[in-house]
Amino acid sequence: MNVQPKKHTSNNQYFVPQPSVWPISLCASIILFFIGAANWLHYHWFGPYLLYLGLLCILGAMCAWFTNVIRENKASNYNTQVGYSFRWGMIWFIFSEVLFFASFFGALFYTRAFSVPELSGAIRPLTHILLWPDFTGGWPLLHNPDNRQFLGANSVGNIWRIPALNTLLLLSSGVTLTIAHWGLCLKRRAVLICGLFFTILLGATFLGCQASEYYAAYQQHGLTLNAGSYGSLFFLLTGFHGAHVTIGSTMLIVMLIRSIQGDFSPENHFAFSATAWYWHFVDVVWLMLFIFFYWI
Amino acid sequence: MKSRKSNLSYLQQSLTGIGMSMPISAMAEWGINLPKGVTPVSRDIYDLHMLTMAICAGIGLIVYSFLIFILFRYRRSRGAKPADFDNNSTLENIWTVTPFLILVAMAIPSTLVLIDMEDESNADITIKITGSQWQWHYAYLDKDIEFYSRLSTPTEQIHGKAKKGEWYLLEVDKPLVLPVNQKVRFLVTSDDVIHSWWVPELGVKRDAIPGYIHESWAKILEPGIYRGQCAELCGIDHAFMPIVVKAVTEQEFTQWLAQQNKPRLTEQTDDWKMDTEMRAGREHYMRYCAACHQEDGSGNPPLFPALTNSSVVVGKPISRHIDLVLQGVPGSAMPAFAGQLSNAEIAAIITYERNAWDHDTGDLITPEQVQMRRLKTSDTRATQP
Amino acid sequence: MNMQSDSITEQAKEDAPKGISSFLKHWVFTTNHKDIGTLYLCLSFMMFFVGGAMALVLRAELFIPGLQLVSPNFYNVLVTMHGLIMLLTVIMPVAVGLANWQIPMMIGAPDMALPRLNNMSFWILVFAILLLGSTIFMDGGGPNFGWTMYVPLSTSFGPPSTDFLIFSVHMLGISSILGSINIIATIINMRAPGMTWMKLPMFVWTWLVTAFLLLTIMPVLAGAVTMMLADRNFGTSFFNSAGGGDPLLFQHLFWFFGHPEVYVLILPAFGVISQVIPTFSRKKLFGYNRMVVATLSIAFLSLTVWAHHMFTSGLPLAAEIYFMYATMLIAIPTGIKIFNWLATMYRGSITFETPMLFAVGFIVMFTFGGFTGIMMSIAPSDFQYQDSYFIVGHFHYVLVPGAVFAYMAGIYYWLPKWCGRMYSETLGQWHFWLMVIATNLTFFPMHFLGLAGMPRRIPDYALQFTNFNMIVTVGAFIFGFSQLIFLYNVVRTIKRGSRTTAQVWDGAEGLEWTLSSPPPHHSFQTPPDIK
Repeated sequence: MNVQPKKHTSNNQYFVPQPSVWPISLCASIILFFIGAANWLHYHWFGPYLLYLGLLCILGAMCAWFTNVIRENKASNYNTQVGYSFRWGMIWFIFSEVLFFASFFGALFYTRAFSVPELSGAIRPLTHILLWPDFTGGWPLLHNPDNRQFLGANSVGNIWRIPALNTLLLLSSGVTLTIAHWGLCLKRRAVLICGLFFTILLGATFLGCQASEYYAAYQQHGLTLNAGSYGSLFFLLTGFHGAHVTIGSTMLIVMLIRSIQGDFSPENHFAFSATAWYWHFVDVVWLMLFIFFYWI
Repeated sequence: MKSRKSNLSYLQQSLTGIGMSMPISAMAEWGINLPKGVTPVSRDIYDLHMLTMAICAGIGLIVYSFLIFILFRYRRSRGAKPADFDNNSTLENIWTVTPFLILVAMAIPSTLVLIDMEDESNADITIKITGSQWQWHYAYLDKDIEFYSRLSTPTEQIHGKAKKGEWYLLEVDKPLVLPVNQKVRFLVTSDDVIHSWWVPELGVKRDAIPGYIHESWAKILEPGIYRGQCAELCGIDHAFMPIVVKAVTEQEFTQWLAQQNKPRLTEQTDDWKMDTEMRAGREHYMRYCAACHQEDGSGNPPLFPALTNSSVVVGKPISRHIDLVLQGVPGSAMPAFAGQLSNAEIAAIITYERNAWDHDTGDLITPEQVQMRRLKTSDTRATQP
Repeated sequence: MNMQSDSITEQAKEDAPKGISSFLKHWVFTTNHKDIGTLYLCLSFMMFFVGGAMALVLRAELFIPGLQLVSPNFYNVLVTMHGLIMLLTVIMPVAVGLANWQIPMMIGAPDMALPRLNNMSFWILVFAILLLGSTIFMDGGGPNFGWTMYVPLSTSFGPPSTDFLIFSVHMLGISSILGSINIIATIINMRAPGMTWMKLPMFVWTWLVTAFLLLTIMPVLAGAVTMMLADRNFGTSFFNSAGGGDPLLFQHLFWFFGHPEVYVLILPAFGVISQVIPTFSRKKLFGYNRMVVATLSIAFLSLTVWAHHMFTSGLPLAAEIYFMYATMLIAIPTGIKIFNWLATMYRGSITFETPMLFAVGFIVMFTFGGFTGIMMSIAPSDFQYQDSYFIVGHFHYVLVPGAVFAYMAGIYYWLPKWCGRMYSETLGQWHFWLMVIATNLTFFPMHFLGLAGMPRRIPDYALQFTNFNMIVTVGAFIFGFSQLIFLYNVVRTIKRGSRTTAQVWDGAEGLEWTLSSPPPHHSFQTPPDIK
């Protein structure tokens, strides 16, 4: 049995990387970010600085780590089996992200089906009669049980304007991304680059529309984070979704740069595939949001 | 085990040092089972408990006997040689289906008891129970009677400065008085955090959720005194908010109802002197305020501000101090005491705070001053969700 | 045989780099599954003593009625930290440490699928623990609302350190999620050719299922604590009725995580037992196929029973009935496992080395914990047990003589393989018997206390509970000090235990036993043949 530790592997052997400083650097960056966040929440002056520094370090460590991976790939260190490891890794990571959103959708379902009806007396009468006699419920919830503590809202936006537009934007971006993928597989470089470019553009437009929706929510509709359960669910669901669109857009920009550099080939473009899966996941989450939060 | 001995001897030293004699042999018990209780529900639960325990004990006996047999019979030191089978579908099916059938047998009576427990209809009397930090509030809904019920064990006993009484931590100033043989419906809620109203002998436990009412019921079959405790962690005095239910005959209950007065919110007194007020104030402060603001007034900032040399406590206007105690600080842990304490009690507490520790304001607050602030702010009830 | 192991160890020593940068490469930047496994195990052992010391302070306070040692607030902080530390920084890391060491060797893989990610999972756990521990020293005190973090005690009434706790929980979650992704990718993708699904060792099966459970539940916990953070800092009302929310929503979300979490803690333990019992019975595991199905059933069912932690909180009747039935069902696959272990030992040829002692101890006492679990699944009875010491007795039985015994069995079992040296059997036996006595003294009387009406999470209690509390405290101190024997045995083994062979245990089967003891730094760089 071969017991000598090897420094270089042949194509038949699974590539086991050398010790690396980037994982622990990423950990240190993450804790810096969180400590900054917590201190910012507690109004300590250095909080925001630590948070931004942490964010910068997170990006730096991830860049360095992925650069190593790209280099190893280019040196043909990776065999098919390594490729499968990356694929399974990305798939199960996206699965865990789905469950994260599921917890917020769960909160939405519970609030609409249980809390609000209970408080307005639609399920059992006593909570309503004895504790919240003036609360009438309904969804969207514009008037809360205690409107002094949670301010409620005047109105909500028209679903068939910005939200519907956003749906169109994201669905279209899925199409352009698929076109880009075809371009990659068929070695049509222009198609690949244009496809990626328009996907990013559509994603950025989505973010811009979302920002304007937030602005209108605050200024026009009086719908704020402090507006009660409707505002809480609206901002956190769309907020986390927007954060994931931002992450996905960043990934797409990196893919665009790498495509321009000619990094990808039809046989070897895992990073592109992983980004595409992530983008489609973000798109599906929006569809769920549109249907279950805005529409039904 | 040398270290363990020195742990024990340290404890013994500290006990002797605070002059406590342990009433352990007199009071401690070796009871090992659930009480049967005095309501149909508690008795049903007891029966279910015994049934399940018996079934588990039976299965355990079989499984453990078999295990002990195996451990002796099949030791290598006895020369046992290993067999080579590694499955037997029939056997595996048997020990899949049999437990299932046993579970079904347990599920049927359990379901029936559960359905009965959750049926609060046709009640004879309804009590609204509100948990707060750290006391219970009882309101007899159709009878316009309500009061707070607080731990009445003296703090000296808790801190080892006096011998512990028989009902240490299980006694209150005003028990919940209920009639026997009547179906009592409990509407349980909370003013602040989640508490839980639990009286084992009544077979009742219901979480007190702020902003929601959850129901339970009991029909007490025998007169007596039944004690319970809060059963959901609710802060520092979670262990110090017991429940006492005094079940009396229907006749005695009617008499008790008649004797109840309205809450003494406007009590006045002419004999208001500094030294008596400091004594009373200290006693009330220790009971209602010291849990958060500490005996020495140092609090635990930032959640529980220090009172010593606080501008509210030693500065002017005094009305600001009175208002803070009456109305609390919404959104914080400081409750409104307007509905819980009388003018005399609040006046004594504020007098104490303004003159205790190294404060020497010389302010003597009267119940009339407190009443004036109540009327000014027209806020005579504790904050409700 | 011995000489070959010697030369391999010498070779490994020569190849190992030296100096500060070599220390960093070996322990801080490592991508090697064996070293990362060792790191996890050492971390877990350290935190065991930290969490255990907290428990001893709690038990010292509870020795007799009256407040003697700590303030009620600090008591609540210790209760909270003891729970968080034992569950999230002791039991989970020890299971992950065993996974890291064993899974690649058991499936004939050269390492985990994603070795750098493996490194990150470990170090982010360390940072999370540092953040968690620092909360005790913050202004306003550490978190004091129990490991279950119920709102509004943790939101409106929680100290400032709660926000730091929330971020620590996020980091703990990231560690578990990344680790689980790695384990799943490894088991799916890195098995040696011929290692089909139904040839997989049970320890690997249980970890595969555990990893899926973790991927499902950790993000939900992350969501729940994020909502807590929002309620605390951004004026949202997820859990506040005044804005249309409900404190019970938190409980649903938390227990959707919390219940499968306990199966995350116990399933790898079941896997260890399934490795140890066949070895020391010298007989194959009975009913392998059904053991796999039972593992999958337990995991699936565990996702559907969370509200049995909420029976007293005012669920609708239909929900109570459903959750009661679903909870009772879990007894069936669990029972199958126990019967199959017994059937493995039946007509075997049994010896009682320390791993086997812990495994048998596990079967006896975990089963007892399972019985009290069945009692608690009966919803009406649970109304009396919930939030009393009966519950505390139950979960300590399934966690301590349950999970901890099993993981100790695993450590005694595999330690000779990892370091090529045998532990002291005498010390191992002392450790075992002291733990049996201590565990029963500590946790058995808790059932009586609960039935007699003693609530949990209280620093002071009524006089009639004194006798049993005194016994519990004595047991706890014996338990604590007996761990020093284990520590001494482990350290002594590593430094000067007598050399052992590759096979170590004559009944042991599996790929790890084909490697030398200690195994080479990189094993299975070419896949082995599977028979």
